[in-house]
Amino acid sequence: MTLATMLGPYASFIVASYAIVGAIVVALIAWIALDYRTQKARLRELEAGGARRRSGRGVTDIA
Amino acid sequence: MTLLDLANPTRFLSLTAKVLPWLAAATAILLAVGLYQSAMAPDDYQQGATVKIMFIHVPNAWLAMFVWGVMSLSALGTLVWRHPLADVSAKAAAPIGAAFTFLALVTGSLWGRPMWGTYWEWDARLTSVLILFLMYLGLMALWRAVEDPTRAARAAAVLTLVGAVNLPIIKFSVDWWNTLHQPASVMRMGGSTLDKAFLIPLLTMAVAFSLLFVTLHMAAMRNEILRRRVRSLQMMQAGQQAA
Repeated sequence: MTLATMLGPYASFIVASYAIVGAIVVALIAWIALDYRTQKARLRELEAGGARRRSGRGVTDIA
Repeated sequence: MTLLDLANPTRFLSLTAKVLPWLAAATAILLAVGLYQSAMAPDDYQQGATVKIMFIHVPNAWLAMFVWGVMSLSALGTLVWRHPLADVSAKAAAPIGAAFTFLALVTGSLWGRPMWGTYWEWDARLTSVLILFLMYLGLMALWRAVEDPTRAARAAAVLTLVGAVNLPIIKFSVDWWNTLHQPASVMRMGGSTLDKAFLIPLLTMAVAFSLLFVTLHMAAMRNEILRRRVRSLQMMQAGQQAA
């Protein structure tokens, strides 16, 4: 049984809806993960350049 | 750990490091269960299999409004209590809310074409949600346009609270005006009109998408705190070099 017969005459609308939601959710996750890596890399660069926080803790310390 | 402790960005980052993996795992499991239940749900006697679009359209539509609600609370936090994480929360939530609103509009349009015979109608519900989407974009543009985060935070907070007026308009638009959009069938006085076969997958997907929002919001807040740390360190370095 094909997807089209399972989902009826409007299968393309159903599949397109789920595909777009999946694509946008994956893009959101990837964007946030990439942003995290970018900020961590910038902090590492600053630390290598001698930057220190007022508290004296390492600039890349997040815990 | 009290709520006051979390006002400290470093403590918040520490909490995020511990909680995020668990939240992400719970979201993935619940999404998988929700998708399975959606696939197994029977066809509707009127709509046929297109009823499956409801399982992703409705959670996105709920979250489109819920995220603006979260941003409105954060705006109060910025303006009234000057909570250090309030603006971080609002700024981090905006792109996520915009994405949910966009998905509500697109999936609604794809559901509308086979059921109503049109992708779009300028009726009260659809138009008010489109306005919500444009307000999300406007807020994101504002944050990018104003360089000083404190000034941007206040302007954005005021705009967010003004925009919150749109939330009851969206919710009650189907009652106040004649619209093509159906009236509320889950959150209504007298209980849901949906059969359990549709209600259970819908609620599972709603909880899964809500957890997805909490996970993404927390991760985006962590990124925003780090971005502000980068900015302040760069300014400190520039000051030291100038001295």
